[in-house]
Amino acid sequence: MKVEPELRELYQEMIVDHGRRPRNFGRIEPASCRAEGFNPLCGDRVTVYLRCKDGRVRDASFEGQGCAISVASASMMTEAVKGKSREEVERMFDAFHRLLTEENATPAPELGKLKVFAGVREFPSRVKCAVLAWHTLKAALSGTEETVSTE
Amino acid sequence: MTPLVSSPEQYRKADFDVYRVREDFPILHREVYGKPLIYLDNAATTQKPRAVIEAIRRYYEETNANIHRGLHFLSERATEQYEAVRRKIQEFLGASESCEVVFTRGTTESINLVASSLGRLLLQPGDEVVLTTMEHHSNIVPWQLICSATGAKIRVVPINDCGELCLEDFERLLNPRTKIVALTHVSNALGTVNPVHQVVQMAKTVNATVVVDGAQAVSHLPVDVRQLGCDFYAFSGHKLFGPTGIGVLWGRAELLEAMPPYQGGGEMIRTVTFEESTWAKIPHKFEAGTPPIAEVIGLGAAVDYVLQVGYAAIGEHEAALLERATRALATIPGLRIIGNAREKAAVVSFVLEGVHPHDIGTILDRDGIAIRAGHHCAQPLMQRFGVAATARASFAFYNTFSEVDALAAGVEKVIEVFS
Repeated sequence: MKVEPELRELYQEMIVDHGRRPRNFGRIEPASCRAEGFNPLCGDRVTVYLRCKDGRVRDASFEGQGCAISVASASMMTEAVKGKSREEVERMFDAFHRLLTEENATPAPELGKLKVFAGVREFPSRVKCAVLAWHTLKAALSGTEETVSTE
Repeated sequence: MTPLVSSPEQYRKADFDVYRVREDFPILHREVYGKPLIYLDNAATTQKPRAVIEAIRRYYEETNANIHRGLHFLSERATEQYEAVRRKIQEFLGASESCEVVFTRGTTESINLVASSLGRLLLQPGDEVVLTTMEHHSNIVPWQLICSATGAKIRVVPINDCGELCLEDFERLLNPRTKIVALTHVSNALGTVNPVHQVVQMAKTVNATVVVDGAQAVSHLPVDVRQLGCDFYAFSGHKLFGPTGIGVLWGRAELLEAMPPYQGGGEMIRTVTFEESTWAKIPHKFEAGTPPIAEVIGLGAAVDYVLQVGYAAIGEHEAALLERATRALATIPGLRIIGNAREKAAVVSFVLEGVHPHDIGTILDRDGIAIRAGHHCAQPLMQRFGVAATARASFAFYNTFSEVDALAAGVEKVIEVFS
């Protein structure tokens, strides 16, 4: 059966793998900050836990359920932000956002392997799935207790 | 009154040819991503036959005017056409009077109208409104709003693992405080056809008023409100091959007359002074403001079209589609069908082990196959089955066996992507 190239691009091996066996899944006790994210359109939920010290993310994890894109995004995000300063995380957030929404965006070097999410751009209805964890992370860092919604 | 289904024009199944019927739907001939559209999201909205599109175009080109107001030619013609559709809906539902047919924006507005207005008429603190686990949010939230305003409580009828109502539990819930029972005729997420007639008979032992959400029923089966015995019946035009923005609330005249208005404005009054106003007779009491006239005309054309195809032919073809889809999907390893009621409309909700429904939806979409993936606005029902979401293929009479086969092949592709 022929699988279209844009589908292969979206569901790359790495995304399927992280979607199926997410890394850093579970909670950090005690966490220095946490936030919940919710996509009311599809019911996807994610909780992001962070342990920060001296302005750096020392540990990151998440819990929740969702599609392959949202789980893989959360999993790879928690890997990517460990050890990064707040400013570095914010730069990654912006770069990730641009990668998914801007046409012909070239992946910024700080994204590293997160560039596998570039394929999501071809699927506008799935962009929210990929950014949910990132918005939740941002809320956790800013200390917002309120549930972040994609709507 | 003879039920609609026995009228001769509805028995046309000998003539039914799905490929000929498809010719009536322009959109079914388009492609998406370079592939023929396979539209299996009919529970979300149905496609429109040319007759409906033309009726709306003709109305705007030839008749457009406001109704019930002008003394001029066009206004009189528009009023005539609008009211003729009301009589058509009366007949379509087997109702005894056309004044029992209220036009609304859709099922959601119909239910909000009943909940708010009937609720204010009937509900006292401690009274009970009975719903079922399989309700759409639009048959839950309006009742929560009126219950919190009146001090009434919501009770819920559970369902079994097949997705059928537990009638013994329903019987146990009924008591003299049960004032309203609101349930769906056909479940949007499971396809279950509820035994409305039986539910009504049980509800009437405690004199409860029964409100039926018919949004998912009208495209699949003939409805006769007098046979069902219910007190209110709501549906949407756009799920009956008609336009969006138009719905119907049928209600018993004596209840509609006793109920307070839902919205105020022009059209719904008899006299207005700054001290007080008096209300127009039903149904106009519930139709404040200029209604969606073109949409009503379009709905009339949709009803004509459906009756011409005939519910007997629709029922037979859809049963065959459902059987084929169920058989094809059930053999796929890791696939579980959610909802296996004995009485079921042509809806197949399913989950696939290790794959989220959204990913199924995205992959099928690239094959031109439109399905719905999500909670189907029925979160309590999803919780009942322990899933966050399902993928749902919902059929209409214009779907073909080869489209069913393409769906099954598409699901095999999903498995390949994730293997």
